[in-house]
Order: sequence, then C-alpha cells, then structure tokens
Amino acid sequence: MSEAKIELRNVHKRFGKKVVLDGINLTVPKGESLVVIGGSGTGKSVMIKCVLGIIRPDSGEIFVDGKDVLMMDTSEREKVLRKFGMLFQGAALFDSLPVWENVAFGLIQGRKMKRKQAKDIAMEKLAKVGLAPEVGELYPAELSGGMQKRVGLARAIAADPEIIFFDEPTTGLDPIMADVINDLIVDSVKDLGATTLSITHDMASVRKIADKVAMIYKGKIIWSGSRAEVDNSGNDYVEQFINGRADGPIQMEVLKP
Amino acid sequence: MNVFAIIGRVVLSTLAEIGALTRFIWLSVSHVFRPPFFWRLVAQQMLRIGYFSLPVVALTAFFTGGALALQIYYGGNSLNSESIVATIVALGITRELGPVLGGLMVAGRVSAAIAAELGTMRVTEQIDALTTLSTNPHKYLVVPRVVAAVITLPLLVFVADIIGIMGGFVVSTGSLDFNAGVYIKNTADFLKYDDVMSGLIKAAVFGFIIATMGCFHGFNSKGGAQGVGRATTNAVVTASILILAANYVMTSLLFAN
Repeated sequence: MSEAKIELRNVHKRFGKKVVLDGINLTVPKGESLVVIGGSGTGKSVMIKCVLGIIRPDSGEIFVDGKDVLMMDTSEREKVLRKFGMLFQGAALFDSLPVWENVAFGLIQGRKMKRKQAKDIAMEKLAKVGLAPEVGELYPAELSGGMQKRVGLARAIAADPEIIFFDEPTTGLDPIMADVINDLIVDSVKDLGATTLSITHDMASVRKIADKVAMIYKGKIIWSGSRAEVDNSGNDYVEQFINGRADGPIQMEVLKP
Repeated sequence: MNVFAIIGRVVLSTLAEIGALTRFIWLSVSHVFRPPFFWRLVAQQMLRIGYFSLPVVALTAFFTGGALALQIYYGGNSLNSESIVATIVALGITRELGPVLGGLMVAGRVSAAIAAELGTMRVTEQIDALTTLSTNPHKYLVVPRVVAAVITLPLLVFVADIIGIMGGFVVSTGSLDFNAGVYIKNTADFLKYDDVMSGLIKAAVFGFIIATMGCFHGFNSKGGAQGVGRATTNAVVTASILILAANYVMTSLLFAN
C-alpha cells in the first residue's frame, strides 16, 4: 500500500444543532484518485473545506503529507495550501478579471510571477482544456457553463498542484460536456501525477475518474473500495445510491403527499 | 415562550456578533502592515470610493451650506446676522455637517456596494477560491478597501467643507444681499485650523467604519440573493448608526477642552 497523501481521522463538525461531519475517517493514497459519493446535504463539501482550512472542524485530525494541518500556524498552513488546486462547483471564477488573469491568479498573486510569464502559462493551460487563446481575453460572464468549468479546471491546474479537489465537476452540464470534463480531468491529472479527491453524485463521472470510491452518509464514511467493487459492493446504501432508487435504507426527508 | 430564554438568546447572539466583528477587524488590521501589499487595488478602490463619490458629497454639502445660512438668518435676524451667518456656516460645516452628512452619504453609496460585491463573491465561492489560490481574502479584498476609505474620506470631506461654505456664501450674497467681501472676511477670521482638522479626523474614522461594515457584512453573507440583500441593508444601517455614535464620542473628546 502506497503512503497516504491526505488522511482524515475522526473529524467532527456541527453547525448549531445540525451535525454535518460525524467522525469522518478517510485516506487518500498518494497519486490516486478518490471519489466520494453521497447525496445532497451529507457533508461532502464541508469535508473538503475542512481539509482546505476554509472551515475549522470541531475535533479530529487532518494530515497532509503526514503533518497535522490543524496544529499549524498561519504561515505553515499557507505553505501547505500551495500544494492544492481546486475546481469549485460553480467554477467560482473572479468576474472582475478576464479569463487569462483568472487562470494566472495563483501564479501572479500567490507566487509573485511576472504577469507576462504568468500569461504565457495561463494560455498554455487554456489550450490544455481545449479553449482558444481568444477566450483568454473574455470575461467569465461571457462564457457558457461548460466553458466556465473548463476555465476553472485550467485555474486549478495552473500552478501544477500536488493535490487537486473537484467539487461536483460535472453538475449542471449536459452529458456530453460532462464527459468532456471527465476526460480533461483524467488527462490533466495524469500529466501532473497529482493526488485527487473529488465529490460527486454523478455515477458516470465516478466510473471515469475514480481509482477508489468512498460513500458518505450522514457525516460518516459508510463504505469504501475500488472502482470495480462499486457495482458489487453488497452494501444496501451503495446499491440504492448507484442505482438511483427512492426506496431503500436511505430515506430522503421528503413529506409524502 | 419563556421571556428569559428570548432575552438570553438576544444577548448571546449580540455578544457573538461583537466577537465576530472584533476578530474580523483584528485580522484585517493586522494584514495592513504585513506584506505583500496590493497597491494597485488600493488605487482602484480610492477611485471607486473617493472620486466617484465626489458629486454626491459635493451636492450634499452645497445644499446643506445654503440651508444653514437661511436658517441662521431667519432665526437671528434682529441681531448682527451678517457676521453670525458666515461664522456659524463655517463652523457648522467643518466641524459637524461636512463630515457627518458626507460620511452618511458615502455610507449609503459605498458600504452597500462593498457588501453587495463581497456578498456575491461569498455565495458564489469566489472568496473560498482566493484561499485555494494562496491569496489571503482579508489582504486581497478587505485591506485595500479599508485603506482606500481611510485615505479618501478626509479628502472628500475637505472638498465638502469648501463647497459647503461656498453654498452658504452663494445664498447669503445672492438672496440675502450680504456683502461678499465682508462674508469672506468673517469666514476667514473665525475659522481655525483646529475646526477643519477635527472634521478631517472624524472623516478618517468614518471611512474606516464604512469600509469595515461593508466588508464584514459582505464576508458573512449567506443564502443566495436574499442573503446578499440582507447583508447590504445591514451594512448601510450599521455603518450609519456607528458613524453617528462615533461622531458624538469624538465631538465630546475633541472639544472637551
């Protein structure tokens, strides 16, 4: 077994009375792609934000390269954050900046690279996600959803991160564009040799980008295994989820008429 | 419901809010003095907060100066109104009305704009995206706005002082038939450096309040369009009330002896 790049141990988080993470244990091996599946509101996004330090968990430990990030001071933490790239669900592009500056943002602001040099890298990354150089001069609001996602991907890989997070990379896209994004994710990750952690509820995406799969339910990891094992997990929760059935052990909080 | 429970909840949430605000201010102010500095952003914000507020502040000052001159004339016309009008207009504008009314107008314009902009960035995850791109959101978003507001508000109020006094002059010489030379001489004789300076100090504090309230409420907005709307309203209301309260405190301190 290869060494762990990211490890969460017994992570808890609650907002008021609502328990969101109820003792998460999860290991992402170095160089592998782990996909966490689970329904809406099961704590997937909160988990990723805890690793990034955007949300501070109530208790538990989070290790990146064997070091507990929750015990670090700000400057150490900022160093760890440089290893990360993230593609947000809504792309989260800065709408005040043109596309190329969005892609180059981490290089210019985070790494103090010269604008000229950063722009060249940005254009190269845009080409990698299949966007023409003219797109670099447009503003995010002028792009379609699929193009915004691709720009978000280019931004996530711009600084050649060791770890990339994908938050619902295919949500809100048509099936063909979703597949294009999946291919781009696989390609760009392979080029970088990066470790990735994705969260999604799109099974087509899971089958394409995952090495390993874990399922989260009510703030806990209830199943994990390889991609091949997902279809014969023998776990009722996983079965219900991947087949998309309303009946099963997972009960949605929906009032029946 | 239990009355004590309601009181307790209100007290607790108020204290939590004050705590959150104190932490926010501390984080932001501590970043003012730590590199890297974003000068370009400060200049851009000075343009937005200061330059584009000039018409609003100038008009406010002009009409206030004019109305003040009329009020003093009608209120005290049996006495030697010709000298009293000029003096009171000059003192009233520079000490109180210039900074306070200017501050309130800018609060309405700028606090709202800042809260709406940062609030939208918050709900679309753009602020989280900054963190993942090795850029501290406090440093990148809050500090330039606060610094720009603290620098530009005194400049704006200085302009407002001049235009306000001019408003009084125009009304006095135009419709009250005062002698222009005497009016200017009276203004120059009674107006002291300290009067103007006290107003400018107040203006700097108001600038800090305006930018901080806009940023704080924008940063903490949640829940989509409605949340951003609420953040905008709260920013303007708290900024305005804090300006009036701070004005009272500073007046009692600055003019105590």
